[in-house]
Amino acid sequence: MAMTLSEKVFQAHLRDEPFPGTKVLGIDVVMCHEITTPIAINDLVARGKDRVFDPEKIKVVIDHVTPAKDTKTAQQGKILRDWARRHAIRDFFDIGRNGVCHAIFPESGFIRPGYTVIMGDSHTCTHGAFGAFAAGVGTTDLEVGILKGVCAFREPNTIRINIRGKMPEGVYAKDVILSVIKKLTVNGATDCVIEFHGEVVRGMSMESRMTLCNMAIEAGGTSGVCMPDEVTVEYLWPFISSEYTDKKAAVSDFRKWWSDEGCEYVMVLDIDVTGMEPQVTHGYKPDQVKDVSMIAGEPVDQVYIGSCTNGRIEDLRVAADYLKGRTIAPTIRGIVSPATPKVFRQADEEGIIKIFMDAGFCVTNPTCGACLGMSNGVLAPSEVCASTTNRNFNGRMGKGGMVHLMSPATAAVTAIEGKIADPRKYGKGGTK
Amino acid sequence: MKEFGGKVLFLDRSDINTDEIIPAKYLTEISKDALKPHMLEDLKLVGFDPRSPGVADARVIVTRANFGCGSSREHAPWVFEMNHINVVIASSFARIFRQNMFNCGMLAIELPESAIDRLFSHKEGAKVSVDFQGNKLTIESGKRKETFDYSISEFDMALVRAGGWVDFADARY
Repeated sequence: MAMTLSEKVFQAHLRDEPFPGTKVLGIDVVMCHEITTPIAINDLVARGKDRVFDPEKIKVVIDHVTPAKDTKTAQQGKILRDWARRHAIRDFFDIGRNGVCHAIFPESGFIRPGYTVIMGDSHTCTHGAFGAFAAGVGTTDLEVGILKGVCAFREPNTIRINIRGKMPEGVYAKDVILSVIKKLTVNGATDCVIEFHGEVVRGMSMESRMTLCNMAIEAGGTSGVCMPDEVTVEYLWPFISSEYTDKKAAVSDFRKWWSDEGCEYVMVLDIDVTGMEPQVTHGYKPDQVKDVSMIAGEPVDQVYIGSCTNGRIEDLRVAADYLKGRTIAPTIRGIVSPATPKVFRQADEEGIIKIFMDAGFCVTNPTCGACLGMSNGVLAPSEVCASTTNRNFNGRMGKGGMVHLMSPATAAVTAIEGKIADPRKYGKGGTK
Repeated sequence: MKEFGGKVLFLDRSDINTDEIIPAKYLTEISKDALKPHMLEDLKLVGFDPRSPGVADARVIVTRANFGCGSSREHAPWVFEMNHINVVIASSFARIFRQNMFNCGMLAIELPESAIDRLFSHKEGAKVSVDFQGNKLTIESGKRKETFDYSISEFDMALVRAGGWVDFADARY
């Protein structure tokens, strides 16, 4: 029978079907950060079950508030740190080596096609970019994942999005996913996996594919998914080279996870990007999306570039192309958070950090930072932030504040002009 | 097993997200109890006051579509639990929130929009009682009383009976 990628992953990981429609899967990677994990750890300790199913399969990072900002966040870090040591969890990323979970875990080669991945974080859907089934879960699901290495799911339906055409200047993966969310609406993909297909996706880097899959949850999706191909193999090669004779062999092996011809989709959506404008959100829901030309000129107080959506090296390169030789408006507070130490180092070596600093940006350490208003870069009431992050919810970056979601290119030119601006007038890569 | 039901808090809006239920700045807490005063603090809903007595007395929430969207934070069900709310009735839920409710042994009940409209017609002072075994819920206000059938999956029923997913999983796997 023709199967989708996620149906194949479900079949390969099925441990139990306790009731019709409920599938308990074995989990390949259980990821943990300091916000949703400490309460799970405390509960396991209180139950006298302070165990982990497999320390090799548990990956841990402190990323939301780092360095710790107060006693409470220091305690969260300590609970996680002590627990990781107690259970000899080798892959623990503490300060100095830490970065945003959904950037540092794939960068470290932890995700493979066909894997099952859970984390107490809704943007876990990012890792589907590798052809994995990757789902955000709550603390209780995380706790059971840590203890037993399993998680229960309803078998999801699959939505197929075909992305065709030629990406115009100034339009990036972020613009594509915002336009997809606008079409699907904020709950159009609930209990569904979203598969991204088409020539545009095949031509995208892993970074861009992660940007697409990252925001599947903003349409309610369980996981975003891309078919693993040459680009996936190239990205993963340093970690898989001993398993395959050559890259071609890896590509052909990964092919087994692809959705079959004739598999069942609940919806197929065709998107032609050829005439697409840069996309920007307005309002307080991520499906409230407008063409940049409709919203250009709106006031902004802060510009934030970073996060699990757009804090990777490709994103920083794009923003730096526009910022090179320019300075940001004096009314703008510009903040950039490279997503990982590797991204930071690379940006430094390529001169990108200097470009940001010369333009007037504050460069922070790798962290989730301003995205969710619990660490740095918090907005005052009535302030507006142009942001490359993923949520524009009321109060998301600070009580009474407002967020416009956009690509790194649009954010960069918005910083330069001090109001929402269109990157296209700066020409290809900001050269005009 | 818990008793489900009591006074209703009506939240007449779709797409209420978990940031509105419990803002991220409180996620630095490591005890559920500390969340209690901050329930629905950032809810964007005209006329809503999180400090009003109707909120404090509520045991059941009745709301619209896609309730609990956004962040996976289980702090959202926990802040309800700490405020003695253990039933949310909506026309649809976001997946993670819905599962978090059942994983904690609480009820996330989906009803068709027409039934949700009927519930909203009762307004302030209404009480809901849940017959968990019979998959029925009854709303009562003044002299009006209406009963609705609902369905939740066998798995979610089992989680509620077991008192949550940790106990269920620990006994079985």
